[in-house]
Amino acid sequence: MARKISYQQAINEALDQEMARDPSVIIMGEDVVGGTGGDGEMDAWGGVLGVTKGLYGKYGNRIMDTPISESAFVGAAIGAATCGMRPVCELMFIDFLGVCFDQIYNQAAKFRYMFGGKARTPVVIRTMIGAGFRAAAQHSQCLYPIFTHIPGLKVVIPSSPYDAKGLLIQAIRDDDPVIFCEHKGLYAQEGDVPEESYTIPFGEANIVREGKDVTIVALARMVSMAKKAADVLAKEGISCEIIDPRTTSPFDEDTILESVENTGHLVIVDESSPRCGMAADISAMVAQKGFGLLRAPIQMVTPPHTPVPFSGTLEDLYIPNPAKIEAAVRKCMEYA
Amino acid sequence: MGTALSREDLLEAYRRMKTIREFEERVHVEFAKGGIPGFVHLYAGEEASAAGVCMNLTDDDKIASTHRGHGHCIAKGVDVKGMMAEIYGKRTGTCHGKGGSMHIADLDTGMLGANGIVGGGPPLVCGAALAAKMKGTGGVAVAFFGDGASNQGTTFESMNLAAAWKIPAIFVAENNGYAEATSSKFSVACGDVSVRAAGFGMPGVMVDGHDFFAVYEAMRVAVERARRGEGPSLVEVKLDRFYGHFEGDNQSYRAPDEVKNVRATKDCLNRFKARVMRDHNISETELTAIDDEIARLIEESVAEAVAAPNPTPEDLLTDVYIKY
Repeated sequence: MARKISYQQAINEALDQEMARDPSVIIMGEDVVGGTGGDGEMDAWGGVLGVTKGLYGKYGNRIMDTPISESAFVGAAIGAATCGMRPVCELMFIDFLGVCFDQIYNQAAKFRYMFGGKARTPVVIRTMIGAGFRAAAQHSQCLYPIFTHIPGLKVVIPSSPYDAKGLLIQAIRDDDPVIFCEHKGLYAQEGDVPEESYTIPFGEANIVREGKDVTIVALARMVSMAKKAADVLAKEGISCEIIDPRTTSPFDEDTILESVENTGHLVIVDESSPRCGMAADISAMVAQKGFGLLRAPIQMVTPPHTPVPFSGTLEDLYIPNPAKIEAAVRKCMEYA
Repeated sequence: MGTALSREDLLEAYRRMKTIREFEERVHVEFAKGGIPGFVHLYAGEEASAAGVCMNLTDDDKIASTHRGHGHCIAKGVDVKGMMAEIYGKRTGTCHGKGGSMHIADLDTGMLGANGIVGGGPPLVCGAALAAKMKGTGGVAVAFFGDGASNQGTTFESMNLAAAWKIPAIFVAENNGYAEATSSKFSVACGDVSVRAAGFGMPGVMVDGHDFFAVYEAMRVAVERARRGEGPSLVEVKLDRFYGHFEGDNQSYRAPDEVKNVRATKDCLNRFKARVMRDHNISETELTAIDDEIARLIEESVAEAVAAPNPTPEDLLTDVYIKY
């Protein structure tokens, strides 16, 4: 039965249901319990923003605080995965990948191939992405293109509470290493989420809104930005189709190409940096495989190629917004 | 010093050490002839460490190895013919020719992988040890690493995490005196790796890595402690490599007669043979019989590896994911 819960609650529920279902599911990370070793209460935090709150009470030592040692505990999650567990490891902010990346891209990602198909590494690394919190350059990035670049990793970027639950359950049951990117700007967003367990397959884009004039591809928080832009543009008589790929690896090319076949116009909205980012990648794919479908140059709406600034004045300029998306769509529509 | 090892155990320990030695000496020869592609890092001279450690382990116990991993693989029971074929890049290799010397892994025997990244293994071993603890198997996990990796943050982090979680992990620092071409007298700022154990609240011991019995006993204590649920230990094994960092290394950073002297005076196999013949009623004939078996095994391994098929073009694209 569906009811409205938040993106954050949807993630917590997915973890809860999978831990109840499968004793090999364990959780580890910094302050995922909060309080270990201290004189106060346990489960004091339940994650820095409370996403794992309450799980300690139900599952005890299957959810573990760690020292601030990302290489060690991310690597431990990966090692435990090769030994029959299904760890869900929390890398608090995706920005912290710099202190543990080797374990992810040289170890987890390569075991299966490098060991001749014999390894199985069912690990999920949950991590927060996204700007908008005045959290500055080291706590605000959208670094998923870096993971998408690495063969052997799967990369998941939910944009709604419904997708967050279904994709996380899929991620936990998946036998390959999965990077699960949670936009912190979406944690409070509410939506319809079934109480029962369900999965959403990877590599299947979601058509968030149907339209006939222009295709907008958007990820994570940019989906809601695109929806706002589409509402405004509808009043001007421009019909937008919004596609959320939901996973960047594997990636659903067909849904985008089919949409562009109908609309002839493509706008890609991405919060990651423009160089070698998802917008550039999707743009290249459509230019290569759908050149004849396009009736206008592809438009990309991304941040500028800068670090994320601290000042609100600057950060608001940095993040793509509905007005920028509308402008890009209008520019695209100048070509019939 | 007494030992808990039976006569059969001692013969098995000899078999493992001698197999490693013959394997590596042969790889040295074949590499020089140009038959083996890529980089190889030989373990010859260090056999007492791999064997002394792994004689304490069962198939349920796990190890993670290094770029110098052939000895660990053999000591843990990885198929020698599969290893040789892998080193030749053949489809019949342990990893079907997709890993090579630096990435031999055999999860069925608890060998979690050699590793091309210095310090890559210790975090993984924390996970293997955690899995053993959570599943209640009584298993342990061993991280082999060198004096080079002893200076990596991953190693420090892993020792701390293992102690904080009190998991059955054992850290085996194989200090052969050189991280590539840089002496550990320079790079290990505190002198000995073993003293670092104190910083992580775990026991740390240093043993002579030319002496199988010394390694075996130190590991026995560490493994028993881990199996009792008392947490991790650090064992530093001081040893010498007979060859360079990699094949082709002219080793001009070593003293001119260093390797010659080590081979003459500190060869772990010679020491082992002398001791078991003296103290354990093992005859030269028994050991020679093992030598002959190993010689045949290595000969067959090379012949079969050379004759084996290369991977197919289709293999390029398989096994990136389980499902994609």
